[in-house]
Amino acid sequence: MQPLPSFKKHSETPVSPPPVHGKRLSPFSVCGGGLVGVVAWYLLYRQLLPLSGYLAFGLLGLQPESHLGASVQFFLYDTPKVLMLLLLVVYGVGVIRSFFTPERTRRLLAGRHEATGNVLAALLGIVTPFCSCSAVPLFIGFVTAGVPLGVTFSFLIAAPMVNEIALVLLYGLLGWKVAALYLGTGLLVAMVAGWVIGRLGMEDYVEDWVRDVLDASDSSEDEHTWATRLRYGREAVRDIVGKVWPYVVGGIFVGAVIHGYVPQGMMASIMGKDAWWSVPAAVLLGVPMYSNAAGIVPIIHALLEKGAALGTALAFMMSVIALSFPEMVILRKVLKVRLVMVFAAVVATGILLVGFLFNLVI
Amino acid sequence: MEIKICGPGCAKCNEAMQVVQAAVEAAGLQVEIVKVTDFQAIAKLGVFSTPAVVVDGQVKCVGKVPAVAEVSGWL
Repeated sequence: MQPLPSFKKHSETPVSPPPVHGKRLSPFSVCGGGLVGVVAWYLLYRQLLPLSGYLAFGLLGLQPESHLGASVQFFLYDTPKVLMLLLLVVYGVGVIRSFFTPERTRRLLAGRHEATGNVLAALLGIVTPFCSCSAVPLFIGFVTAGVPLGVTFSFLIAAPMVNEIALVLLYGLLGWKVAALYLGTGLLVAMVAGWVIGRLGMEDYVEDWVRDVLDASDSSEDEHTWATRLRYGREAVRDIVGKVWPYVVGGIFVGAVIHGYVPQGMMASIMGKDAWWSVPAAVLLGVPMYSNAAGIVPIIHALLEKGAALGTALAFMMSVIALSFPEMVILRKVLKVRLVMVFAAVVATGILLVGFLFNLVI
Repeated sequence: MEIKICGPGCAKCNEAMQVVQAAVEAAGLQVEIVKVTDFQAIAKLGVFSTPAVVVDGQVKCVGKVPAVAEVSGWL
């Protein structure tokens, strides 16, 4: 491999990894370097809470009980915390993703039966690199390779909904329980919704030209060494963190304002447990809204803090991320209107059930 | 020689376009660079993950933006 010429596109990126040269890395140096990095990361991470208190109350002289003091400390603590979590996870997921190309995922899913196929597809949806603009080519690739329609949908639902950014933010802001709930129910909705769509036997509602496409030839797989996998991780950081950090900071800012100024319990009457209609309302509101996970989680955090019910908040978040109007317009190119509607309806129903279930149980 | 860049027009596809252009310019070759944005046409090329680069009908890279050095190797 030749040294890469420096080709910089994102000059605004906060993290610009040094140019990588195609060195051979031994597994030992990878592990050692990784360990040192993680320890340094952890030590810094642990200092964030005392540091934010010192900055807000010591250096700026704000009162901890005041509205402004609470908001400022919230912002100074959450912003570096979430950004640090993002860096770590996006890098890790980036490296993992170098093992799961869409080509490999397609091969893994081809010829699977339903049920196991739905489960596998939803899980692969987490680790396979995906952006909404490649949803259609991916759909065609899956269908022509003989992946059942319902299994393909499980993948298409899980891929945007259960993403690493949503999980990191939920973990960072709301703790591991909420993050695990989101992961579990998100996967469940993807599996079951895909399975239901498969049961409905709607193969005829795929646009006719899709079936005429010959099975796409498998292009040669990239040869990966550890050096290229780590490069993949760094590129993921540059790409993803570089793109979402303004949303994260913006979202935390809104969250901080709500944290400091909105009175406790104000959301309880609108988004509380007793308002049963708030779950369908949250889902309906979420569909036309299109935001990425980075922007929505800090707002969810603040809503929960002020008395919104967990089920309602999760339903809102899922519908914003998983059901988006632009994505449906794109899918319309390969699916007939009826199948697009069924897709939206089945997923929305799944999300509704999740919302009601949590409001009932918790 | 003809290079096709497949992608519906998202940010990454444009990035791939620029990388290919840079590589072609550096090599000083006369190459026709075509953008393929129609999903049907993309699927016919056997590409199911965008952005993708197709050189003289051969799919060279799918699902990522190639590095300039990689593209130079295909020219």
